[in-house]
Amino acid sequence: MVHGEAWTLKEFFVYPNEYIYWTIQIVMYPFMTGLVAGAFVLSSLYHVFGVKQLKEIARFSLVFSFALLPVAMMPLMLHLQQPQRGFEVMMTPHFTSAIAAFGIVFSTYGMIVASELWFVYRRHFVTTAAGLGGKASRSKIEQAWFLLYSVLTLGARDLGEESLARDEKAVRVLAAVGIPVACFLHGYAGFIFGSVKANALWMTPLMPVIFICSAVVSGIALCILTYIATMEIRKLVLSWQRKHGRALETKEELKSAEIQVVRMTSRYLIMFLVLAITLELLDLIFRGYTAVKSWDILRSVIYGRDFVNIFILQYGLGNLVPFILFLIPGLSIRRAAAGCALVLLGVFMMRWNVVIGGQAFSSSFAGFMHYQLPIWPDSFETFKEGLFGALMVGITPFVLFWLVTWVLPVFGRNDSR
Amino acid sequence: MITRRRFCKNALLVAGGIAMPLAALEWFDPKRLHAERKDAAPVRWGFLVDTYKCVGCGMCVKACKIENETPYDADVSRTWVERYIVTKDGRTHIDSPKAARDGFIDKRVDLGEGRMETIRDEDIEKAFFVPKLCNQCDNPPCVQVCPVGATYQAADGVVLVDRSWCIGCGYCIMGCPYGVRFFHPVYHVAEKCNFCYHRISKGMKTACVDACPFGARLVGNLRNPDDPVTKVIMSERVAVLKEEYGTKPQVFYRGLSREVR
Repeated sequence: MVHGEAWTLKEFFVYPNEYIYWTIQIVMYPFMTGLVAGAFVLSSLYHVFGVKQLKEIARFSLVFSFALLPVAMMPLMLHLQQPQRGFEVMMTPHFTSAIAAFGIVFSTYGMIVASELWFVYRRHFVTTAAGLGGKASRSKIEQAWFLLYSVLTLGARDLGEESLARDEKAVRVLAAVGIPVACFLHGYAGFIFGSVKANALWMTPLMPVIFICSAVVSGIALCILTYIATMEIRKLVLSWQRKHGRALETKEELKSAEIQVVRMTSRYLIMFLVLAITLELLDLIFRGYTAVKSWDILRSVIYGRDFVNIFILQYGLGNLVPFILFLIPGLSIRRAAAGCALVLLGVFMMRWNVVIGGQAFSSSFAGFMHYQLPIWPDSFETFKEGLFGALMVGITPFVLFWLVTWVLPVFGRNDSR
Repeated sequence: MITRRRFCKNALLVAGGIAMPLAALEWFDPKRLHAERKDAAPVRWGFLVDTYKCVGCGMCVKACKIENETPYDADVSRTWVERYIVTKDGRTHIDSPKAARDGFIDKRVDLGEGRMETIRDEDIEKAFFVPKLCNQCDNPPCVQVCPVGATYQAADGVVLVDRSWCIGCGYCIMGCPYGVRFFHPVYHVAEKCNFCYHRISKGMKTACVDACPFGARLVGNLRNPDDPVTKVIMSERVAVLKEEYGTKPQVFYRGLSREVR
């Protein structure tokens, strides 16, 4: 069977070789990198611009961005026909291709996030290693932790006032450098689509900017959502601890801290959401107004075939409803959570409508292709480019985040100022 | 004692020192320099399709599939033929069932997914066939977007794919406005028409040119003013497909109509 045949339905005249070649994983790719970039920008708001109210979520989103990082690559590997050669993009990049920049941008960004994390957590590494090292006898597990943290200090064990100040300065610089790199990481994902002149829906110079804005929106939304979820879990743990008389904080303290953070962060979310919607609508209006050759088929896709996906799910449920939810005064945790979930849906649908929508019509402009997401896999191909492959990509960052927080605890720490 | 700073410094110096001469060797590879020279190549392959002569028999598609080992029943093909039926109400009906491998044996128009449309003979204003193949563009977008350089343009203008290097990302397929590229069902890498490069580089014609009973397809050297293909292109009215994309296609058509996509 030809690649793409399993999920493509053709209608009217479509060139014989045309299929929907870029599928759900290519939807996941900009969605996941968007989350990475957005989470990082959120953490930088605190580190660079000193938005004090974001302190708690800044550390959290930085670690989350780190956990999301390897997942940005996963959908690409699952999509490639020759994944074993995927590494060649980094080894023999062909620089006229937008994808060739991936290796450089991605590894630069990865190094920035990793080193920023190191500076943020150096004090934690040193104190933990010192604490474990001071013990007279260590169990095997403690010995392993001791070794791990000793290695993580990289030998820099000075915790003097001066060196801590230097740490902070390094964090500030890295976060500042990281913002343009994060935007580039995602803007270039937009460029990959925006520069395809053969695709009438994709080709617009606005694409990278739209991608960056919606990336920040989705990153902030996911951070708020995960933050709320972890806070709820912590509240449950606290009430359990109280029952056994071991609690350090009260549940009310946690709750007031939580709503503060959520309200502050959602203000930034709204800001970027407005920007993203404005650009997307500008693009749509511009296409309709200029009405070049491709507009006939684009119109029938946008207002006809993809109407529900674009106007109901993306703009309606994904943008308008959360917009109203956030703007009604007296934002509650529950409302914020619902709003964030809808925003995530909206951004996901935006990616879907770009990637799948861009292939919904033939480049002959005389036919349509309909994408049927493979649900139940009957081969490896329909697994990796189907619902379950996408779910795997969606779940992995949370598993990684959970694993990373074992080493880099996110909550209840006051060591960074 | 060596300090950490000095160790890092020296390590960087050594790594840099090793990388430099290796890179220099790469830069001055004479073969590559020669291959990258753009001027004065004696051959530039081009193609001429005479749509007046095409009857849609599909012999070219059949020959191509066999010659180039594209699985015969797979719904992809390096070349194909399109049928255009313009009815009196001004509508254009286009199809290419099975890439026209078996010709157009059904008068009904294929609408996809098994649906067929019957058009009465008296409603037809005009009808014609248009063979399609890779345009071997002078400014090939597929070469531009390949992230690893697995697809490249030879000095004689033909765009080739290195099957051992293609990572299968599909960016070239997306980048081609003509829809000539696809994933090979067996090798799982990008695949396209290369003017039967193994044949033309040995002085033979392409399989489709040899198979066409009506002379609707011709391959030739555009740098040779005496080549029949060049003569027609220079002296007659010919057109190319989708010029607006700036790809500078090198497959020329006689009798191209405005309905052609």
